[in-house]
Amino acid sequence: MSTTLDNPPRDTRPAGAQPGRHKRARPGTWRHALRRDWQLYSLAILPLLFFAIFRYAPMLGNVIAFRKFEPGGNIFGERWVGLRYVKMFLDDPTFWNVFTNTLILGGLTLLFCFPLPIVLALLLNEVRNRRMKRFLQSVSYLPHFLSMVIVAAIVMQMLAIDGPINQLVKALGGQPTVFMQKPEWFRAIFVSSEVWQTVGWGTILYLAALTTIDQQLYEAARMDGAGRWRQIWHVTLPGIRPTAITLLILNIGTFMAVGFEKVLLLYNPLTYPTADVISTYLYRMGVESSNLSYAAAIGLFEALIGVVLISSANVISRRTVGTSLW
Amino acid sequence: MDRSRGYRVFQVINAVILTGVVFVTLYPFVNIIARSFSEERYIVNGEVSVLPRGFNLTTYKIVVSDSMFWTNYANTVLYTVVATAIAMLLTTCYAYVLSKKHLKGRTFLIWVAVFTMIFSGGLIPNYVLVNSLGLTNSIWAIVLPNAISVFNLLVMKAFFEGLPQELEEAAAIDGLNTYGILWRVVLPLSKAVIATMVLFYAVSFWNSWFTAFLYLNEQDLFPVTIYLRNLIAGATGAESAGAAIADVSQAASNIQSVTIMLTVLPILAVYPFVQRYFVSGVMLGAVKG
Repeated sequence: MSTTLDNPPRDTRPAGAQPGRHKRARPGTWRHALRRDWQLYSLAILPLLFFAIFRYAPMLGNVIAFRKFEPGGNIFGERWVGLRYVKMFLDDPTFWNVFTNTLILGGLTLLFCFPLPIVLALLLNEVRNRRMKRFLQSVSYLPHFLSMVIVAAIVMQMLAIDGPINQLVKALGGQPTVFMQKPEWFRAIFVSSEVWQTVGWGTILYLAALTTIDQQLYEAARMDGAGRWRQIWHVTLPGIRPTAITLLILNIGTFMAVGFEKVLLLYNPLTYPTADVISTYLYRMGVESSNLSYAAAIGLFEALIGVVLISSANVISRRTVGTSLW
Repeated sequence: MDRSRGYRVFQVINAVILTGVVFVTLYPFVNIIARSFSEERYIVNGEVSVLPRGFNLTTYKIVVSDSMFWTNYANTVLYTVVATAIAMLLTTCYAYVLSKKHLKGRTFLIWVAVFTMIFSGGLIPNYVLVNSLGLTNSIWAIVLPNAISVFNLLVMKAFFEGLPQELEEAAAIDGLNTYGILWRVVLPLSKAVIATMVLFYAVSFWNSWFTAFLYLNEQDLFPVTIYLRNLIAGATGAESAGAAIADVSQAASNIQSVTIMLTVLPILAVYPFVQRYFVSGVMLGAVKG
C-alpha cells in the first residue's frame, strides 16, 4: 500500500471544518452543511475512495511516461527523464505503423458502424406488425450481450478452414483460405464482426427518437404533396439529427481506442502488419515486455488525441448544427 | 394508387432486407450448435452448415468431464456475484448522495465521477497500480477496479431524482435517519431500477475477460471466458493453449463449438426475459445524457 494514493482530490471539505458543537453554524456554510448532511456525506466516502484509488491515482500515474519506473518501486516512478520516452516512440517505426493501422481501422469502423444503425432503425420503423417488430429488435440486440471472447470465438469458427465462409467460397468455385492468417483480410474481418455485434443495439436510441417525432409533421408534409422519400428526408432525418450527432461525437471520442479487446483476441503475429493498433502495441510493450514507462508514454499520447478529437468534434458540431455534448 | 404500389414494393424489399439481417445475426449460432453435435469427419470436410451431421454427444462429454472447465465456470459465477454486490453497494450509495439537490458540494461530487468518463488513466498506470496494491492473482483484482460504472451511476441518480420528495420528508419527521430512509423508503421504491442495474453489472462481469487475463495467471482462478480464450488462442497458433484437453483426438473446432455453447447458454437462457430491462435502462441513461 502506498501512501501517495491519497493525493487526488477527494473532497472539497476544508480541513478544519469539523461539525462544531457549541457555535451555531450559519446556513450556507460548510459547517452547517456538514452538520445537517453528515450522514449523506458518509455514504459518499467509499465511492470517493474508489474514484481516488482506481480512477484518479492512475491518471496521475501517467507521470511515469516522463519518469523512470522500476518494477516493484514507486508507482509514480523514481526520477524525471523528461521527454525521453516520447522521443523514443516518435522515432519508432513500429509506432508509426500501428498509428496508421489505428487510423484506418478506426476510420473504417466509423464509416460502417455509425450510419448502419440509422439505416436499420429506419427500416425497422417501417415494420407495421408490432409483434414482428419486437421479434426483429430482440434478434438484432442479441450479439451485444455476448462476451468479446465469444464473439472472437464465433468469428474464428465462421472463418475456419472448414467453416461456413470457406464452404461458400468452395461452393462458388474458389480456394479455401485461412482468413485469420492473412493480413489483407484482417480489416474486413474486424469491421464486419463489429457491424454484426453493434448495429442492432445501435438502433435503440434512434428508434426512441423516431417515436418522438410529431405525427402532425408527417401529415403536413403529405398535404404539401411530399412522397415517402421526401417525408423521410424532410421530417424523419431532421427528427433524429440530434441523436445522430451526439452518437457521432461519442464515436469520434473512442476512435483511437478502437476495438482493443477484439483486436487482441483476433490478431496474431502473421496479421500484425494490418491488425496491430496503438492500444495492442502498448499492451505488448508494457505488459508483455515490461517497458512500462515507454508504454505509458504511448498511452498518454493516445488519450490526448482522443480528448482533442472529442473536443474538436464537439466544437465543430456546436458551431455548425447547434448540437453538442457540453 | 401509384404511391401505395410503390409503398408495397418497398415493404417487400424491406422484408427481404430484414430477413437477411435476422439470418446473418442468427446463422453463426445455428452453425455452432450444429457443429457442437456433429461428428468430427463432417466438420473437417466442411459439411456442417445448419443441421448437425452424424449427431453425437461425444464432444459435450469430453468438455463436461474436464474439471478445469467447471472450476473456471464456478469462478465466473463467484466473480459475478461478488463484483455485482460490491458494485451495487457503491453505486447505490453514491447515486443517492448525488440525487440530493440541496447538498453542498454536489456539483463537485458529480464532476468527480463524470470526469472519469472523459479521461481515464489508461491501461499501463492501472496495471502498475493493481500490481503494486498486491491484488494480482486474487478476486479483488477483478472486482475492485471496475466497481462503479459511471453510466449506471447516472442512470440510478436520475431515477432517485424522480422519486417524490414528500415520502422521504415524512419518513424524516417520523424519526428515520438518512440510512433508514435510504434502506426502508427509497430502496423499496426502486426495485425496477435496482433490477436493471444488477443485470447491467452482472452481464458485464459475466462477460469480462480482460481484467482476468491481465491480473490472474493461475489456471484455477480463471473465469470461463479465459478458458475459452486459451482454447481459441491455441487454435490460431499464436500463443500456447492453456487447455488441458489438447491431447484428446476430437477436432479442436468441435471442442471450441461445445465450449462456446456451454459458455453462451446462460446468457441465451435469460436473454428473452431481461432484454427489455436493458432497453429501458439505456433509454433512462440517454435521456440523462
